Amino acid sequence: MASTTTESSRILHEIETLKSARSDLDRRISSLESQLRDLNHHQNNGVSHAPSASVSTLDSTFPHGLSPDMIYRYSRHLLLPSFGVQAQSRLLKSSILVVGAGGLGSPALMYLAACGAGRLGIVDHDVVELNNMHRQIIHTEAYIGRSKVESAAATCHSINSTVQIVEHKEALRTSNALEIFSKYDIIVDATDNAPSRYMISDCCVVLGKPLVSGAAVGLEGQLTVYNYNGGPCYRCLFPTPPPTTACQRCSDSGVLGVVPGIIGCLQALEAIKIASAVGEPLSGRMLLFDALAARIRTVKIRGRSLQCEVCGENSKFKAAQFQEFDYEKFTQSPLSTSPLRLKLLEPHSRISAKEYSDRLRNGESHVLLDVRPEHHFKIVSLPNSLNVPLASLDGRLEEVGLALKEEEHKQGSDSSSGDVQLYVVCRRGNDSQRAVKALQEKGFTSAKDIIGGLEGWAREVDPTYPAY
Amino acid sequence: MKGQEYRFETSESSGEKVEHLVQIKALFFARARDLTGLNDMVLDVPSGSTAKDCLNKIVGKFPRLEEIIGCVVLALNEDYTTESTIVKDKDELAIIPPISGG
Repeated sequence: MASTTTESSRILHEIETLKSARSDLDRRISSLESQLRDLNHHQNNGVSHAPSASVSTLDSTFPHGLSPDMIYRYSRHLLLPSFGVQAQSRLLKSSILVVGAGGLGSPALMYLAACGAGRLGIVDHDVVELNNMHRQIIHTEAYIGRSKVESAAATCHSINSTVQIVEHKEALRTSNALEIFSKYDIIVDATDNAPSRYMISDCCVVLGKPLVSGAAVGLEGQLTVYNYNGGPCYRCLFPTPPPTTACQRCSDSGVLGVVPGIIGCLQALEAIKIASAVGEPLSGRMLLFDALAARIRTVKIRGRSLQCEVCGENSKFKAAQFQEFDYEKFTQSPLSTSPLRLKLLEPHSRISAKEYSDRLRNGESHVLLDVRPEHHFKIVSLPNSLNVPLASLDGRLEEVGLALKEEEHKQGSDSSSGDVQLYVVCRRGNDSQRAVKALQEKGFTSAKDIIGGLEGWAREVDPTYPAY
Repeated sequence: MKGQEYRFETSESSGEKVEHLVQIKALFFARARDLTGLNDMVLDVPSGSTAKDCLNKIVGKFPRLEEIIGCVVLALNEDYTTESTIVKDKDELAIIPPISGG
């Protein structure tokens, strides 16, 4: 037994040593990369991750402008009769901006880098997290905790060092969007929230840029091209934003990793078609991907709306209006992906996770109600909790009453124990407040929510408690 | 999630003449799927009904759809349609709310 403990602590120690050596190496690589970028920056007039000298620009003696290296690298494109050297040459001269280096942006960026888009911009302000890895395939574990833009740029550069990669390590806002977008021919929307989608579409209309828009959640994806050749913009289709409750996020509803992967690949494809002037871009049509049924449908959608507030005939929506527009207010949801923090209850109807754990330790007589959906409950739950999902709470109040009675019964002989308490927990502490409100209205007046939910429990009581 | 069939009563005037019905299939996507719990449903509506009439009947059956119905793309047989289009037998009416995740 003792020797096993010694052995595992030796291994742990070795892991720690190796990890620290790895982060040293990462730091050194980063610093060297940034030195190199600075050098290239001076050489190439303000573009970071610029092509290395040997394969730099379209400077060959051939009329199409492709160097011998490029001819070899892109030979399979050049061999395609419907693509060929002309389309490749256009692609090499194009500039494409991908907003979001997440599930959609990952494959989009990798393919755009690989295929030889001339200049590739990446906008994101987030850092790489472990729960991104199952779908955001551009990032590697070594980059956890570091900037997504840096990580994505490094991968793109390692795939194709001849592509110019521009890092925009900032959140996209009305204050910087016009300036950033104006440097690119084509914009790819690979974001994950409604206000960003309206903002990006409006900015593309103001600047007259085509927009390749993709979205994915759960097991479904959508793809279309907006503001292209007289086609509709996002607002023509959705003049009224969806209610907040209808906007599902991957962090709440989940997403099968490969689904945004497929949509992101299709976004790269549409961007390539537009950049190289090949084929029929998906404008005026919307592609719907259904992963479970293995079915892709393409439906015709409306053309540009003459009444559209932004791209319509009499629209007064120009750069100035764009910069003033409040997208968070318009869509009633935040541009950043930080989770919602409701405050519905009075302080006396709430307790902290720490306090709940104290009461638990003191053997306080209580019922713990977990109002998360059943499939959440199956991931992890606190001991002795009763799962009644918020959606079915109304019809299952009797169960709650019974549980309280049963608990009372157990304590029956001990009259000093007082009333049985009712605590409500969920994942982050929003649904639990909604549930407590409903319970109080139905006569369970002593119901209290555990502030911050299971995340609060992990923060305040048990740091090893699984987060999801 | 299998498709379900719902029939809606039609007015039969003193048994003389049964009103003609057309059968359409409604296809649900994204949030509409979550709210109905269905991928699609078959719907009988009086002939001459518009896409809007069909929507109203569907929302009547699934009141929670009210939440999104103001923000959807409609397609009839994979083609663009407006709410005033008259539906025909065997038509497929797709109800497509936007997805914003990624």
